[in-house]
Amino acid sequence: MTNKEALLKYVLRLGDNALVLAQRLIELVAHGPELEEELANANFALDYLGQARMYYSYAGELEGNGRTEDDFAFLRPEREFCNVQLVELPNGHFGDVIVRSFLFDAFYLLQLESVEQCGDQRLAEIAARAVREIRYHQRYQSQWLIRLGDGTEESHRRIQTSIDDVWRYTGEMFAGDEVDVKFHAHYGGPDLDQLQTKWRAEIEAIVNVATIRLPVDAWMAEGGKKGIHTEHFGSLIAEMQTMQRSYAGLSW
Amino acid sequence: MYTQGLDQKSNRSDVPPQQDDAAAVAAFQARVDAEEKIEAKDWMPDAYRRTLVRQISQHAHSEIIGMQPEANWLTRAPTLRRKSILLAKVQDEAGHGLYLYSAAETLGVTRDEMVTDLLSGKAKYSSIFNYPTLTWADIGAIGWLVDGAAIMNQIPLCRCSYGPYARAMVRVCKEESFHQRQGYEIMVELCRGSSEQKEMAQDALNRWWWPSLMMFGPSDQHSRHSAQSMAWKIKRFTNDELRQKFVDVTVPQAEFIGLKVPDADLSLDAETGHYRFGEIDWQEFMDVLAGNGPCNQLRMQTRRQAQDNGGWVRDAAQAYADKHATRVAA
Repeated sequence: MTNKEALLKYVLRLGDNALVLAQRLIELVAHGPELEEELANANFALDYLGQARMYYSYAGELEGNGRTEDDFAFLRPEREFCNVQLVELPNGHFGDVIVRSFLFDAFYLLQLESVEQCGDQRLAEIAARAVREIRYHQRYQSQWLIRLGDGTEESHRRIQTSIDDVWRYTGEMFAGDEVDVKFHAHYGGPDLDQLQTKWRAEIEAIVNVATIRLPVDAWMAEGGKKGIHTEHFGSLIAEMQTMQRSYAGLSW
Repeated sequence: MYTQGLDQKSNRSDVPPQQDDAAAVAAFQARVDAEEKIEAKDWMPDAYRRTLVRQISQHAHSEIIGMQPEANWLTRAPTLRRKSILLAKVQDEAGHGLYLYSAAETLGVTRDEMVTDLLSGKAKYSSIFNYPTLTWADIGAIGWLVDGAAIMNQIPLCRCSYGPYARAMVRVCKEESFHQRQGYEIMVELCRGSSEQKEMAQDALNRWWWPSLMMFGPSDQHSRHSAQSMAWKIKRFTNDELRQKFVDVTVPQAEFIGLKVPDADLSLDAETGHYRFGEIDWQEFMDVLAGNGPCNQLRMQTRRQAQDNGGWVRDAAQAYADKHATRVAA
């Protein structure tokens, strides 16, 4: 794998994480617990969608084969998506959604803070735009985590279960492979071990205020970055791609 | 997205109005006639207040329920650009709901009370949202026709005598005009496309045309609240005037992209310059208002389910706020 190939894969992973999480949040539109949360959710989904479009457009340029943002989103099979499994998990209840976003955004924010300093100027610029949005998301997720953890007995129990259930999907974000190594070595991208230490310290601080506990590290799921997904993912992709698959080559 | 409130009766309006002081009523009417804005703390006749609460809350409910038929296509939008635009539009609608609930709250009713009335079926929302979105072209048709009809209704509301409502409508109308354009743009694109796409667009127009005309409410001779609302300058044009205006504007837009309006009686009256159009199926309109449209049940189930599922979340937020307030006080 050349450095440029690693860069392309890294950009696609960023794009896939953003698009798949956007798609999950979009499923929640018109189902929010309160109007203000409805607005916030749609806003976050729009942010991720906008970021995915920037990553994909750049990936198309890096690849040089004329693929567009829509080609990446709608015409790749499931096995070619390289998002982490965490973002593809089904929504569950409001607490599950908050926990999934909280754990992912805490990682993504640190990742972006590093990427905005990286040696690839275009990607650094995209990250610099995204980082402002994700910083706000993270503040929102943290506030809700605290409210739910330190709210009622029921909300405390629910949110603890949410974090326990999803924990096994967090390891993959820090499991580096050749792409991560090359992106770190050649472009000055994040060191995943350092990132994990920071991530843990940051989420632990919030989790403590929320009066819940972090689960004990045990077996961790992996595979998303290599295109091995959960069973849930196929339906997400099928739904998202249905128009482009049913009506090939048309303009909308 | 749209208000049909003027023409529907809510239980609240069945309560006989209190007797307002005749001099106060005359002074109020003089202010309205002088085009002064009535503000939240000003004296107003009880019936004026109740009419506005009914209309604004029904308008807010329509925005919220109206998110559902479009959300049905958010996960399947054909391109990322279309997905982003539609998502932004649906988010705008949630925002409109929020301003409108806030505008209604200035009249002394709470959002909780209004939501309770919606969920119990006491309060209504626009009949148009009880039709299903079956294809992607329906998203175009909603933007073009439904938001187009909404704009016809809402532009005059920017001059409504009640200040908070009029000001909310200024912002809402700016966003609606973007919504209408994005809908028409979807239709233009489909009509330029393959035969399948064009058929999809025609099919959507066939299904949405008549329900869109119904959005303006009953014809003037059957409109219960029109005359009083006109006198109060809540309403500036009658239902039939607005409907005619909509037909006059929309028919050429359909022709421009090669679509046929599904009305055998449609013809341009050379003398008046207005289109004559066929009779609306008022029975269908009454059925849908009475709860018997294709999606009435689904829309309400979805709304109630969201409310029920969110109960523990709202309780938690309240419990946290209470604890926090106690801690701060201590």
